[in-house]
Amino acid sequence: MIRVLNWVDERFPIRKLWNEHLAEYYAPKNFNFWYYFGSLAILVFVIQVVTGVFLTMHYKPSSEHAFASVEYIMRDVPWGWLIRYTHAVGASAFFVVIYLHMFRALLYGSHRAPRELVWLLGCVMFVLLMAEAFMGYLLPWGNMSYWGAQVIISLFTAIPWAGEALAEWLRGDFVVSDATLNRFFAFHVALIPLILTGLVVIHILALHAVGSNNPDGIEIKKNKDENGIPKDGIPFHPYYTVKDLFGAVVFLIVFLGVVFFLPEMFGLFLEKDNFLPASILQTPPDIVPLWYFTPFYSILRAVTYPLFGIDAKFWGVVCMGLSIVFFFLLPWLDRSPVKSIRYRGWMYKTALTLFTISFIVLGYLGMKNPQHVDLFLFPNLVWAQIFFFVYFGFFLLMPLYTKWDKTKPEPERVTFK
Amino acid sequence: MKRVIAFLLLVTSAPWSMAASEKLPLDSVYINLSDTASLQRGARLFVNYCLSCHSAAYMRYRRIGEDLGISEDLLKENLMFAGDKPGDLMKTTMPADYAKSWFGVVPPDLTLAARVRKPDWIYTYLRSFYLDEKSPSGWNNSLFQNVAMPHVLYGLQGNQRLVSKSSEEDGKPVFMLEQPGSMTPEEYDEAMRDLTNFLVYLGEPVKLDRYLIGVFVILFLAVLLVLSYLLKKEYWKELH
Repeated sequence: MIRVLNWVDERFPIRKLWNEHLAEYYAPKNFNFWYYFGSLAILVFVIQVVTGVFLTMHYKPSSEHAFASVEYIMRDVPWGWLIRYTHAVGASAFFVVIYLHMFRALLYGSHRAPRELVWLLGCVMFVLLMAEAFMGYLLPWGNMSYWGAQVIISLFTAIPWAGEALAEWLRGDFVVSDATLNRFFAFHVALIPLILTGLVVIHILALHAVGSNNPDGIEIKKNKDENGIPKDGIPFHPYYTVKDLFGAVVFLIVFLGVVFFLPEMFGLFLEKDNFLPASILQTPPDIVPLWYFTPFYSILRAVTYPLFGIDAKFWGVVCMGLSIVFFFLLPWLDRSPVKSIRYRGWMYKTALTLFTISFIVLGYLGMKNPQHVDLFLFPNLVWAQIFFFVYFGFFLLMPLYTKWDKTKPEPERVTFK
Repeated sequence: MKRVIAFLLLVTSAPWSMAASEKLPLDSVYINLSDTASLQRGARLFVNYCLSCHSAAYMRYRRIGEDLGISEDLLKENLMFAGDKPGDLMKTTMPADYAKSWFGVVPPDLTLAARVRKPDWIYTYLRSFYLDEKSPSGWNNSLFQNVAMPHVLYGLQGNQRLVSKSSEEDGKPVFMLEQPGSMTPEEYDEAMRDLTNFLVYLGEPVKLDRYLIGVFVILFLAVLLVLSYLLKKEYWKELH
């Protein structure tokens, strides 16, 4: 065994890689609950790739056979139902994990210098994940798949002059059709996962170059012992491999609990209208994207005023785009001298709380009819418009309130136990 | 930790309140997939009354036999059209263009009906047909107004008339049985429960096993949870 390893090591730096990224990668010892979601994101990614590969063995990407092939997987392929449910629930789990992973950054300032590049790479992956989920959702060729894609692609027509041509180019047809399904399949199973895999590697390499942040938001590399090892650092392996293993089991209990007992999640993960095959003649009563897109969808619908003689729809699309673009800018919008929420003042704490509430409420409203009253007093649209300003206020006012905010002094060493 | 749990609860509970809102009041039906006898009776009703016009084109006869404990001989005798093989998909014999010219629409496939509509909806629908001379088929349905489907089960239920669209106490329609069918109203309700039960099974046959497998998977993971926790604790105890 050792001889084989030596043989490989002479030709490929396997020991060096192992040490650099696991056995001698020193991570802060004070990671808490929020630090599980990075490794969990990798776990979900692997689950999606493995189940996805098995799905493609029986799935048929054609408008004539796609829907029936999914039911074939659900009924006739041995354990096909489990693979399909795991993949479908896995999509939602991916977003749960990623949203919590991103929220961790907002809590402890993980996006701040010197980790801006780690954050930017993560944001690019988030956008790609959204594209991946959107395209994957068309593949079962259910009626909600179909109309969801129809509505989202038609957003591009709001772009003046080039819009129509662009939408047609994306669809490969005048409406969502067999051509659209085939190209979405190609992107979903080949191109996007390929890019994502590469970006995951770069994301981790970039992280390991600068070192992990921690709940105190201080740099452990400032306090090194005589061997040059951070005093508050512990080798990732075995300490965090065993800790993340525990986290993975907890996650799997929740995740597989949903897969086996609530795969539809009351219509949130698998929508009722998607058990009807795609039909161009039969529009579902309410076309809504899946839950993980609804905060952004709410922002899109909240814009109802035309500006500069251009349709409100166009400005809705612009705002939806901005609502994601602002995440990229966070490292530079934040002017606070401290990173962690533990040492920030009331202003940032209030702002982050309001932002979290606005994200959840916008997500809720995105599933509702804008004209109905589901909260209280005002119709959903008005509430969405109120929280639209809260959402953007968090980003736009950040340079001010993070500068004015009274901070507490950071400790020299991390808080442990 | 408490704050984390509170946050997770907040995140997960917000969308749950979006239960579908149906305008018309529905009668509730008790679905029990472990009641095999009910599923067998439902299968029989389905094949005899529904499959002449509707398909269940994603389902194979053999699967029903296997899941509901019906031998291949009994399956061929009672549940299959002559000429069909047990491995065939359950397709109606009615050609789609015929159906279109008779009803104006092709009767929808019913394999996934119970996943599109709630069981309560199906149960209520099956019990809400009434005589209506103004409708082309002579029938109408209080839950699904002007539906193209005639009341194919009238031989069992009898003919009922709509007395009032919504009663004062619960808002549900009131019917009057003009001419009884071969079943008493109680028997008919029970038969429709069997049929609805079967449609729920038909929508997801694996539901029969899914929960049980899930219990074993979670139990296995619970053991793994204890082991992984002890492993983590063992390694981490040397840190301070």
